[in-house]
Amino acid sequence: MTSNTPILKAQAIQKSFDGNTILNGVDVVLEKGEIIVLIGPSGGGKSTLLQCINCLVIPDDGQIELEQQPIDFSNKQDLYRLRQQVGMIFQEFNLFDHLTALDNITIALRKVKKLDRNTAEKRARLELEQVGLGEKGDLYPAQLSGGQKQRVAIARALAMDPKILLLDEPTSALDPDLIGEVISVIKNLAAKGMTMIMATHQISLISTLADHILFMENGQIVESGTPKELLAKGNVNKTQGFCDRLNELATGEQ
Amino acid sequence: MDFSPFYQELFSSLNRGLLMSVALIVPSAIGGVLIGITAGCLRAYGNRAVRLLGNGYAAVFRGTPLVVQLFVLYFGLPNLGIYFSPYAAAVTGFILCSGAYQSEYIRGALLSIKRGQYAGAHALGLTHFQTIFWIIIPQAVRRAIHGCGNEIIYLIKYSSLAYIVTCLELTGEGKTVATEYFRFTEVFIIIGLYYLALVTCASFLLKIIEKRLYIPGFGHK
Ligand SMILES: Nc1ncnc2c1ncn2[C@@H]1O[C@H](COP(=O)(O)OP(=O)(O)OP(=O)(O)O)[C@@H](O)[C@H]1O
Ligand SMILES: [Mg+2]
Repeated sequence: MTSNTPILKAQAIQKSFDGNTILNGVDVVLEKGEIIVLIGPSGGGKSTLLQCINCLVIPDDGQIELEQQPIDFSNKQDLYRLRQQVGMIFQEFNLFDHLTALDNITIALRKVKKLDRNTAEKRARLELEQVGLGEKGDLYPAQLSGGQKQRVAIARALAMDPKILLLDEPTSALDPDLIGEVISVIKNLAAKGMTMIMATHQISLISTLADHILFMENGQIVESGTPKELLAKGNVNKTQGFCDRLNELATGEQ
Repeated sequence: MDFSPFYQELFSSLNRGLLMSVALIVPSAIGGVLIGITAGCLRAYGNRAVRLLGNGYAAVFRGTPLVVQLFVLYFGLPNLGIYFSPYAAAVTGFILCSGAYQSEYIRGALLSIKRGQYAGAHALGLTHFQTIFWIIIPQAVRRAIHGCGNEIIYLIKYSSLAYIVTCLELTGEGKTVATEYFRFTEVFIIIGLYYLALVTCASFLLKIIEKRLYIPGFGHK
């Protein structure tokens, strides 16, 4: 977090659906190795923001720069190139249902990175081992548990050597007893210095991983700061209140 | 064992007809599936004009009797200077009719694939075309396969309409013999058994294809 040229800069991002403003001038600046955590009430626009950052949803207005290169939203090649370099993890995993865990990883390596089958499979096996699924390569998504599916999804994204990983509530669709395995994979990534933006309500991820917290509400970032600043004892703010409630939920569950 | 002249003539006619039926059904089934996939994709993904065109095609060929379509192809088009042999007219009619039905199954299957599959593929940098070709179509085909198989079974039976354009297949050949000897009941029961055998073979082949395409999460083994 010492380098001061950001790897990603999203400025004044604007998005509406059917006349409803969902993102209203959102700025995000991400430095290499930094982990930004997005929190805030449901419907606040976290998912939409993440999808705008890799242009799965094209912003109505605003700018996105990846390593100082501005993205031209109307240029398909620009969008494809951006998405290759920015990995994304979805709440619902979005594994390809007709492909084995291994082929879920090799398909993009072969079709996008144009690797030959052997090289792609070698890489895919390596990534599966990294997430503890070395033995599961031949299973189809329908044969995997939720936690395993999400780990395959992470392996699939990492195999593309992304510069940034976007995670949209990666543990929200999981049974409580499967959350742990995914959290530990994400913590591993953080330890290796992966640059990430993550929307999550998982209190253990917020408090231990965040370098920076953004609190989103009604399409805007209403609070922003390091966990130290926002979560210091005695502070009264939205982030603090939100995290307190998450904490209550977390302890209430046990 | 010796057959009477009636049976000798009947079976040699029916066997000839069977060959013609198979020669009609196989290209029509394959052509129908290919047209169905193409038209189904255009109807699901095309722009307004293309969608309109595809929907119009499906509406016309599903909305009019096959008999009428065959008549127009064989007796109507020569007025425009387009001539088909009986065989070509029959196969063309079957392909177009079957393709319209197949496109309905394919389109439905394509539209049933969840948004997440597109998002997952796009997020990895696959182009829209790559996504449809490598991710969506392979899944849609597996979802459509029962409907498509069913349509092929229908095709086997409506192939008997080829006699309309004077292309003599099983039914046509059998009818000729039946008229000659005036023994309709026996002849048509035997023709029925021939179709039953054809459909049984086709079902068996379809089962094999289904098994080969089987993937956990897409229907039962
Ligand atoms: N494709 C779309 N079409 C129309 N409205 C949409 C679309 N995508 C999102 N929205 C709307 O945008 C708003 C913000 O949604 P978004 O998913 O970004 O919120 P979120 O902060 O991620 O919420 P959650 O915590 O529930 O995931 C919601 O009101 C939602 O209904
Ligand atoms: Mg969301």
